[in-house]
Amino acid sequence: MKFIDEFRDGQLARGLGGAIAKAVDPARSYHLMEFCGGHTHAISRYGLTDFLPANVRMVHGPGCPVCVLPIGRIDLAIQLALDRGVILCSYGDTLRVPASNGLSLLKAKAGAGDRSGDIRMVYSAADALKAARDNPNREVVFFAIGFETTTPPTALLIRQAQAEGLKNFSVLCNHVLTPAAITHILESPEVRQYGTVPLDGFIGPAHVSTIIGSRPYEPFAAQYRKPVVIAGFEPLDVMQAILMLVRQLNAGRAEVENEFSRAVTRDGNLKAQALVAEVFEVRSSFEWRGLGEVPDSALKIRAAYAAFDAEQRFNLRYVPVPDNKACECGAILRGVKKPQDCKIFGTLCTPENPMGSCMVSSEGACAAHYTYGRFKDAAVA
Amino acid sequence: MSEIKKNYTRPLDILNGRVDMSHGSGGRAMAQLIEELFLAAFDNEFLRQGDDGASLPAMPAEASGRLVVATDAHVVAPLFFPGGDIGCLAVHGTINDVAVMGARPLYLAASFILEEGFPLADLQRIVASMAAAARAARVPVVTGDTKVVERGKGDGVFITTTGFGWVPQGLALSGSQAKAGDAILLSGSIGDHGMAIMSQRENLAFDAPIESDTAALHDLVAAMLASGAAIRCLRDPTRGGLATTLNEIARQSEVGLMLDEAVIPVRHAVDAACEFLGLDPLYVANEGKLVAICAAADAERLLSAMRAQPLGKDAAIIGNVHTDPHHFVQMQTRFGGRRIVDWLSGEQLPRIC
Repeated sequence: MKFIDEFRDGQLARGLGGAIAKAVDPARSYHLMEFCGGHTHAISRYGLTDFLPANVRMVHGPGCPVCVLPIGRIDLAIQLALDRGVILCSYGDTLRVPASNGLSLLKAKAGAGDRSGDIRMVYSAADALKAARDNPNREVVFFAIGFETTTPPTALLIRQAQAEGLKNFSVLCNHVLTPAAITHILESPEVRQYGTVPLDGFIGPAHVSTIIGSRPYEPFAAQYRKPVVIAGFEPLDVMQAILMLVRQLNAGRAEVENEFSRAVTRDGNLKAQALVAEVFEVRSSFEWRGLGEVPDSALKIRAAYAAFDAEQRFNLRYVPVPDNKACECGAILRGVKKPQDCKIFGTLCTPENPMGSCMVSSEGACAAHYTYGRFKDAAVA
Repeated sequence: MSEIKKNYTRPLDILNGRVDMSHGSGGRAMAQLIEELFLAAFDNEFLRQGDDGASLPAMPAEASGRLVVATDAHVVAPLFFPGGDIGCLAVHGTINDVAVMGARPLYLAASFILEEGFPLADLQRIVASMAAAARAARVPVVTGDTKVVERGKGDGVFITTTGFGWVPQGLALSGSQAKAGDAILLSGSIGDHGMAIMSQRENLAFDAPIESDTAALHDLVAAMLASGAAIRCLRDPTRGGLATTLNEIARQSEVGLMLDEAVIPVRHAVDAACEFLGLDPLYVANEGKLVAICAAADAERLLSAMRAQPLGKDAAIIGNVHTDPHHFVQMQTRFGGRRIVDWLSGEQLPRIC
């Protein structure tokens, strides 16, 4: 396929692998965190670690929108569907995330006890608006999740709903912010105090950066002395970014570099940013699965659009729910553990019966390793 | 002296009429629907018997063998899609299930569940397509049934077809017979049917030159069997796609499979649409493709036999069978790495971010 195959060329990958092997200093190690689930997916799907020297280690980050969604937020959505009888629209992956009482949105849709929820999978946020237009006598709620990539469409949706004067539409907003999560990881005791998670640099988000630009990462380079290379989601993008990080580290540099220059600029998409700023404001704190409460890490709907805020409209009260005790998603999302370190990985917790959120989305570290890479564990065993 | 007037029944209003509850009640309306719509299209000597079931001649007397039966319920939305509709799909799907058992398909039985309010014009289109497919395949629909459910309790039309076929003595294909060293062959490009359907979904409609590959595979199968190659197993990779079918075989045969991504045929448009939606063509449904496992020494011979058939012209040897206690299906990626091609968990869902 034109424009894609070029970024999946095995010969170029071997060339880049050779360049990385030549560039690395054998006396040191390189711990690089790929923040995004999209990168995690590419690394597993294309077996990128096979091309890397042993002293370059990839650490999976928390950039998977489904994975970081805490149980309590899914419970709110299920409550809306089952107790309030709304039509709940959501992106696909979210349906399978395990929630309280053995439920998930998918199970609530099929039925819980004598009730079942009208829960609909949508491909586009605009489909939720259509559901509201088509069902004027019912409440329609869009369960909005995702990082900065999916936020502008939600903002558009809310503005559109206001322009049309829709009275039966609202959004349960779970949009989260990338830079706050990176700060949180860099400030975590494992990284700062104990050094149990060595982190030398970051592969910065692809799609998120098309919106926010590369500028927001500059403080990480300046204050924390960690190089950041923004990279696309194709395998060659990731390889190239690794080479760029290795070179920065060797030279003792800590800068923001942009490998994904075909889509990302320093300032990002200003129009989208303005739209988001008009509709949303920063929440003082938001719970992330794995990271806990993270200050200034999420968005809520501004007062001017309160009529479209499901939390206000239905007077929802958030109740945090602890994860399953055996589940290591928290440690995995912080880069402290690998999927294989979790006792229930591949036994109790599989993509068919996920216990933790990292096993749900194809971008989750556990699902990616289970789906594409676990033959490597078998070879060792 | 008055005469009893000759019965007159107003013909079905195919153009504007709709299925109503009386069409399933067992009365005159039902008889009329069957006669004017179904019998007219499927007409054959067995249906003309007019009894509750079809009385069939004894199985082919030329040799001893076994009877094979397969049944398949067809539900698809939309009912009409590029390259086909639920009617021809219902014929092809069941013929293929029979054919990949190594059997020559002989007869089909069909049962329809119709939703109240369904346009008769659409029903006629579906039945005509089904009849044409059955005729082209030389497999008659010999008996059938119709039920009507209330509006909202069906999705227009559901069609269940059951197929009967005959396997000659000595031929026993099974997914449990793959052996280390065997070759894996695929009859053509993957993902066409699933993406053709996807491109028509109401909430996703996109313009793509993709047609369903729905087709009856029994002539291809016959040519493959006639080649004399030592075929262990045939399967049609429908729901769940090629990946699912191969995982089934690996599990049944207790072996590992290794694929070569570079030689698996995928049409550009399908590849692009999958990329766009975040789907993997390996998991997308096919309705006119088959996978064969055969002895390595016979692989080339089987490949030429397949390529000589219209439905096998893009056939390829896509991998081989090896010993693996974990029964993994693995793939050498075009990129140069190796990865698992796992069972699909749940539905294939697009990525969010």
